[in-house]
Amino acid sequence: MPNMSPNKNPMPSQAPDVRNKNFLEVALGYSEETAIDEAKRCLNCKNKPCVSGCPVKIHIPDFIKEVSEGNFEEAYRIISESSSLPAVCGRVCPQESQCEGKCVRGIKGESVGIGRLERFVADHHNALAAEKITKPEPNGHKVAIIGSGPSGLTCAGDLAKKGYDVTVFEALHLAGGVLVYGIPEFRLPKAIVQKEIDTLKDLGVKIETNMVIGKVLSIDELFEQGFEAVYIGSGAGLPRFMGIPGENLKGVYSANEFLTRVNLMKAYKDEAKTPIKNSKKVAVVGGGNVAMDAARCAKRLGAEEVYIVYRRSEEELPARKEEVEHAKEEGIVFKLLNNPVEILADENKFVGGIKCVEMELGEPDESGRRRPKAKEGSEFVIDVDCVIMAIGTSPNPLIKSTTKGLNTQKWGGIIADEATGLTSRAHVYAGGDAVTGAATVILAMGAGKAAAEAIDKDLQGK
Amino acid sequence: MYRIIKKTNLNPTVTKMEILAPHIAKKAEPGQFIILRVTDDGERIPLTIADFDRDRGTVTIIFQIVGATTEDLNHKSEGEYISDFVGPLGVASHCEGLKKVAVVGGGVGCAIAYPIAKKLHGLGAEVHSVVGFRSNDLVILEEDFSAVSNKLVVMTDDGSHGKKGLVTDALKELIEAGNKYDEVIVIGPLIMMKFVCQLTKQYDIKTVVSMNPIMIDGTGMCGGCRLTVDEQVKFACVDGPDFDGHKVDFDEAIERSSMYKPFERKAHEAICNLYKEVK
Repeated sequence: MPNMSPNKNPMPSQAPDVRNKNFLEVALGYSEETAIDEAKRCLNCKNKPCVSGCPVKIHIPDFIKEVSEGNFEEAYRIISESSSLPAVCGRVCPQESQCEGKCVRGIKGESVGIGRLERFVADHHNALAAEKITKPEPNGHKVAIIGSGPSGLTCAGDLAKKGYDVTVFEALHLAGGVLVYGIPEFRLPKAIVQKEIDTLKDLGVKIETNMVIGKVLSIDELFEQGFEAVYIGSGAGLPRFMGIPGENLKGVYSANEFLTRVNLMKAYKDEAKTPIKNSKKVAVVGGGNVAMDAARCAKRLGAEEVYIVYRRSEEELPARKEEVEHAKEEGIVFKLLNNPVEILADENKFVGGIKCVEMELGEPDESGRRRPKAKEGSEFVIDVDCVIMAIGTSPNPLIKSTTKGLNTQKWGGIIADEATGLTSRAHVYAGGDAVTGAATVILAMGAGKAAAEAIDKDLQGK
Repeated sequence: MYRIIKKTNLNPTVTKMEILAPHIAKKAEPGQFIILRVTDDGERIPLTIADFDRDRGTVTIIFQIVGATTEDLNHKSEGEYISDFVGPLGVASHCEGLKKVAVVGGGVGCAIAYPIAKKLHGLGAEVHSVVGFRSNDLVILEEDFSAVSNKLVVMTDDGSHGKKGLVTDALKELIEAGNKYDEVIVIGPLIMMKFVCQLTKQYDIKTVVSMNPIMIDGTGMCGGCRLTVDEQVKFACVDGPDFDGHKVDFDEAIERSSMYKPFERKAHEAICNLYKEVK
């Protein structure tokens, strides 16, 4: 008998006023009993709408059925067929607009907690004594992957499983890309990322850190070194700013810089060597996941007041619903339909305030969202000593400028075939944010997966 | 891990190190920089490449001990290793086609000016070098500059070596004496670069400066190194570090570089005390 409760089993979490002072993971995960109970809410329907909502097409009802019967390892095996980073995706995917958004149970109540179950299965597996992974038989082909974020790691994992000799080149001193420098510890513990990377290493994937491709080696030189295909998963790139007065004052950060200081360089720890400004009142400009992460980090670093300043309304916030809810619970104040027009200086050229205007929503624009317009004479100032700009990125020029024949969009994104990731250069593939502009972890993984398949076909046909 | 092949103290606060990094040495060009971490829990700091030897596979850095990380680095000996060394980053200095150039260096900035003077000299340009220091005991690379310059003027603030005065005084004298420079290249403290640019603007001589702002990743991700150049946001790590000095907003750059001064001072004191205790 399915469990017909209209609501998901709630996720056990740290209490909001406790967690907003520490960097430990917010959500604590289901117990075995809760997972089985939640799994029983799945109707195992024939046409599986959830699978169509998943960018990597995990066999969702199949793994959930195994969970409902207590076969957690079998559930893990089923997920692993499609996803190389289940512990990560269970935590950071925007399930409400993907698998869970299509779930039949969502019509009359809440959808099945697919993300929570995926996370449970992955954590359960990772807690077991690690089985020794047997390296696949080498097939003699060498592939280079640029960037060790979700897209590159997925592509590397899929190719390694097929016997390819895979080397991942990472620019930073640590592998993981946005999973380590961007997404905070309290949302995605770094030990989980490390575990996934160690699994890839056990599969034979080589990871070379401190290697900035486009500088130390060009893509042409990678081919000269014997690599037969290259996958570019170099990520989103340079932060955007609004172009308003005061953006270069001391105390104005891009979200990338703020989050890198906190997450990669561990500036939240007392013994950290990398400094971060000790702020009391912080405004974060933007409404995506990155903005939520920055705001919640600022709160945890001790800011008394943290604002999200967003020019549209709550309905248009691009962040995952859960992140918005968590942020609100933790005391982040949402200044919606407000747009910054100037950042004001104090007497020492540090941030002294942010001047905003009120907005109203007009007709939908090309993105389908209603276009915000400023209300005349509605200017006001929020008293803050730090501003974090989380309004997106534009592509990094390093690879484009050093690779002849690699075509890019006007805005700089690499042009790649949607189905295969093939670029305008033979044997050069690309995917993730470097192609799409800032998007999600799972979409980047989907692109890495598709490219791995295409690279396999490409090289086997040689 | 990257091995320290050679270490030389150039003066009481400036140290030169040759680091074994063949893949970087192979590609390095004057004007580019590297990012390093001394230890596994250390911060990332950018340093401009002072020299490189493609055959031996080494990259030379010259640094002034100003904060906790440079203090840590200075406590490493020959044969020891540092955790991370990434590069070559940034755009190489443009040297081709220049016939007559004034290269101006200030303090430890001379370490960056030297490879550019050397390259220009190698390309057959007439090089006039003007190098400035606070006093005699802080003078570095005088012989090196001498070997690659058609003319070398050494200035000290107190007159304890060379001529007494600022680099701007010497540069002005050279220009007034009728030297027609295709370009002035100036590397040193922000305030010095600002005043050299003010001077050369009067004579309408193209002036290139090398900026060294606060950076974290150095690869075009964090945006911490942004500057205003010609009223546009530029990132020193991918657009620079060389910029047209007449277009750089130096006052803003000076402000931004002071952001973590109190933190750095405290961290430096803490680590100095630690090393004292160990002794």
